[in-house]
Amino acid sequence: MIRHDYSRVEPKRRAYIDPKKKQFAKVEFQQQEYKHRLNYYVLPPTAEITLEEFETWAINRLKVLSELEACSFRNRSPEETAEYMKSILDKYLPLRSNSSRSRDLQEERRKDHYSHFILRLAFSSTEDLRRRFSRLETMLFRLRFKEDDLRERQDFVSSLNLEWEEVGDDEKRELKEALAAVSGLKKGEEQGWFKVDFERVPELVEQRKVVLKRGKAYVPQREQMSLVVAEFTKRLDDALELTARALPRLDEDDRLAPILAHLSQSFMAPDAAYSSSDANIDGLSTITAPAIDNLSQHFPLCMQNLHQTLRRDSHLKHFGRLQYTLFLKGIGLSLEECIVFWRRSFKLIQDDKFNKEYRYNIRHSYGDVGGDANRRGRGYTPYSCQKLLTEPLPGPGQAHGCPYRTFEPDNLIAMLQRTGVSDRDLLKGVREDVGKQRYHVACNRVFEHSHKKEMKKVKDDGTWSAADLDTIVHPNTYFKRSWLLKHLGEGNAGVVNGDKMEE
Amino acid sequence: MPLSMSRSPGATPVDDSSRTISQVSTLKSEPDTQSQDLSMADAPASSDEEAAKTKVNLEDLFDDEDSDNEFPSSAPQIKSEEASQPIPLKITSKSAYSDPEIMRAFYQRLFPFRHLFQWLNHSPTPSNDFAHREFAFTLPNDAYLRYQSFPTADLLRKQCIAQLPSRFEIGPVYSTNPRDRKTLRKASAFRPLSKELVFDIDMTDYDDIRTCCTGASICEKCWSFITMAIKVIDVALRDDLGFKHILWVYSGRRGAHAWVCDKRARELDDSRRRSIAGYLELLKGGDQGGKRVNVRRPLHPHLDRSLDILKEHFQTTILREQDPWAEDAKAAHLLNLLPDKTLRDALQKKWDSAPERPSAAKWADIDAVAKSGSLSKSSRDLLEAKQDIVLEYTYPRLDAEVSKKLNHLLKSPFVVHPGTGRVCVPIDTRRVEEFDPLGVPTVTQLLQEIDEWRGEEGEKKVPDWDKTSLKPYVDFFRGFVASLLRDEKGAVKREREDGDAMEF
Repeated sequence: MIRHDYSRVEPKRRAYIDPKKKQFAKVEFQQQEYKHRLNYYVLPPTAEITLEEFETWAINRLKVLSELEACSFRNRSPEETAEYMKSILDKYLPLRSNSSRSRDLQEERRKDHYSHFILRLAFSSTEDLRRRFSRLETMLFRLRFKEDDLRERQDFVSSLNLEWEEVGDDEKRELKEALAAVSGLKKGEEQGWFKVDFERVPELVEQRKVVLKRGKAYVPQREQMSLVVAEFTKRLDDALELTARALPRLDEDDRLAPILAHLSQSFMAPDAAYSSSDANIDGLSTITAPAIDNLSQHFPLCMQNLHQTLRRDSHLKHFGRLQYTLFLKGIGLSLEECIVFWRRSFKLIQDDKFNKEYRYNIRHSYGDVGGDANRRGRGYTPYSCQKLLTEPLPGPGQAHGCPYRTFEPDNLIAMLQRTGVSDRDLLKGVREDVGKQRYHVACNRVFEHSHKKEMKKVKDDGTWSAADLDTIVHPNTYFKRSWLLKHLGEGNAGVVNGDKMEE
Repeated sequence: MPLSMSRSPGATPVDDSSRTISQVSTLKSEPDTQSQDLSMADAPASSDEEAAKTKVNLEDLFDDEDSDNEFPSSAPQIKSEEASQPIPLKITSKSAYSDPEIMRAFYQRLFPFRHLFQWLNHSPTPSNDFAHREFAFTLPNDAYLRYQSFPTADLLRKQCIAQLPSRFEIGPVYSTNPRDRKTLRKASAFRPLSKELVFDIDMTDYDDIRTCCTGASICEKCWSFITMAIKVIDVALRDDLGFKHILWVYSGRRGAHAWVCDKRARELDDSRRRSIAGYLELLKGGDQGGKRVNVRRPLHPHLDRSLDILKEHFQTTILREQDPWAEDAKAAHLLNLLPDKTLRDALQKKWDSAPERPSAAKWADIDAVAKSGSLSKSSRDLLEAKQDIVLEYTYPRLDAEVSKKLNHLLKSPFVVHPGTGRVCVPIDTRRVEEFDPLGVPTVTQLLQEIDEWRGEEGEKKVPDWDKTSLKPYVDFFRGFVASLLRDEKGAVKREREDGDAMEF
């Protein structure tokens, strides 16, 4: 059962202390004992720690979580992530198995436990933070679960008392063929199966890794991790919700609040890779609708693809329009000009239909209409590479997303060649990157190749700092940098405004 | 007596436990619920008497909004009201579909509001399932009105008649009344709670493999795509996910919607909806993505079954009717999907010498050429590639975004499609092959049929739709709703009994 942090303290006090002596009594809390390396974080910590521990533990865990997030941005495979995270985990948040017989075992686990709950406090305030925190904590849990010693893992799982029904032999025989098709095992090999409601294993259902029969999911034993992880996420989400509700009542002096606020702020940064200063490019006069065709040579491949599709079909589907509109907004196209741009591009569509079906969406993207929050936020921010790389793949007739990811390699190469990239070594490199799912590396590779000369020049001149030539992770950064590099010596050399484009 | 009909003891528990489930009841209705509770606890036999008392309360409740109707949701009143204002409408098939007079007559005489109400309310007595449900109206001037809600079917009907929306959509049940959303102090208090799990299949997604028509037009040939899709999705929803109450509705032009109405489906959250959409979705990648079906072997039982269903359609619908590879450019796509270079070259040569060879022949060529020795890979690889091709050309193409979000709106059944004038009628999956989208009645045709009806009006009033070709569809819908309500009542009763057991 999940019990909540704040309600726990009071009953305990009452149980131990004579009310008459309350003010003099020393509060006694039971020190928790950590039997397992893994933790579902059901019980909140109750013992005292110093303020310094409070802060450093939290920062250490935060470091681990943000490295994990970076791995997912870079599309590292689970193996690569595990490899990369190993040293980081050892440094910031070591957690050894029982068999290691380390003397620090309890201490390590205590730190893990406390830091989790501190961050929970810091990241429960908004829906966005909660979702992100829960996603990252789940990743961390999964990582540790995989690494855990087999026997200890089994002990941990059985200690959870999850209610799973085992599939009996009769039923197994009955569903033999279906089960064999899903498990992919050869004949004669046997394995256990669990039966749960399909709602409990959404991931496995989505990937068709279970047999579904009348609303029950038959889960093979080796997918147990998925079940345990799903349960972990579910409990964490519920607990975060509760924490969020209790947060305003946190009876706190001013020692913890600033730390918590600071923690959650430093967590915000990576997602907001777009800064509005990307729109202000010195030397680039105000962009108008007719100028887009010419400017599109500086666009990253994702936007060039949308532009070409738009020119070819005189139409783009919804998500393509959204992605492109936001990008155009990001390069500084005004709302009025943007509407003109789309109106002219949709040649085959009558004014009436355009006004009815498309104009509103463009205005909505700019925050000109819509709910209060949308208007105040001036619409959506332009999509980052991370966003483009993690959203679902486009369907038939759709052209949005990152071409390095959505195109079949041959089509991708053909598309690159059409845009004037023909260097064979480069294309080979792109093919390799794409094969390894390093889409943004491929994109940066193309950028560096086509701006080789200019990049050398600014580096030699020392006009651009290293930060200005960092890896591109936002389509708008790509455009800005490309435009500036190609217009060096027009009175704007080296003006990148010095502001951080992204972290 | 209509009163005892809708206030029978069987109906009361449904009403009061649905209140406890939603936990949001207005202060005003409090005494009403209590008196029902009392009557149930003390003497079930006297509940009719009690019900009579509660009826007074109920009436007070709705008095200000609804004074002309004695009892909001009882059927006979509606009918008598309709009969009392027989407007001789002169409607010809030439009248425009969106003509205000036509829409008014449609909402007044043909739209089955009462069934729609019961469908969404899950009980005969008004509850929050209906009252907190979002409706969105598209008005004749194309303004779009969101967050409309109605305590009863009659109020919905009234607003329809007053505003004559060209169509309206149905959204989720919210935690509070959608009309009150701005009065809430915290935005989080207004959130979607439940909605049917919905699917949308639209012909536009088939444009790259459809040769008979393009854009908005359809014919019998391309409707087969939708028929195939319905068959595959329907059986998966029933056999795999265990849903029972699945309503398929013609979208009025070139697609179909599915509403999965089981309680379990209505309560799914976004991540679960996404997982189901993922389970059913197969085609990945846009137009540049190359081969769009790449599935693991052995085939998942769901895909295996789908392939069985679709094989036959591939022979008739795809090869014979659509003939997708007749042109050379399109045949090149087929070649791309084959895994074997030597086979591809051999086929290319053969087809170059016989331009415009029909698809069925080309499909047969693959095996023939492979047998004659131009195959460097195993025949198993070829078989799998061919299976993938069959799936790419026949497997349902869902507009998955619609299914993934709890708060996505979908056009209501039985509204008129503004472009075609056709009514969005339910499709009977037992006879899905027979469904003819071009034979679906248009609104003008229906109104004409009412005028031409020369039947006997006996003791019982005949509802207007019974005089028209809409009758079988309304009857089907009524049957669907009745079976949904039966299950719903059973579920509520069980919950109640469980609850009681806890108390003792």
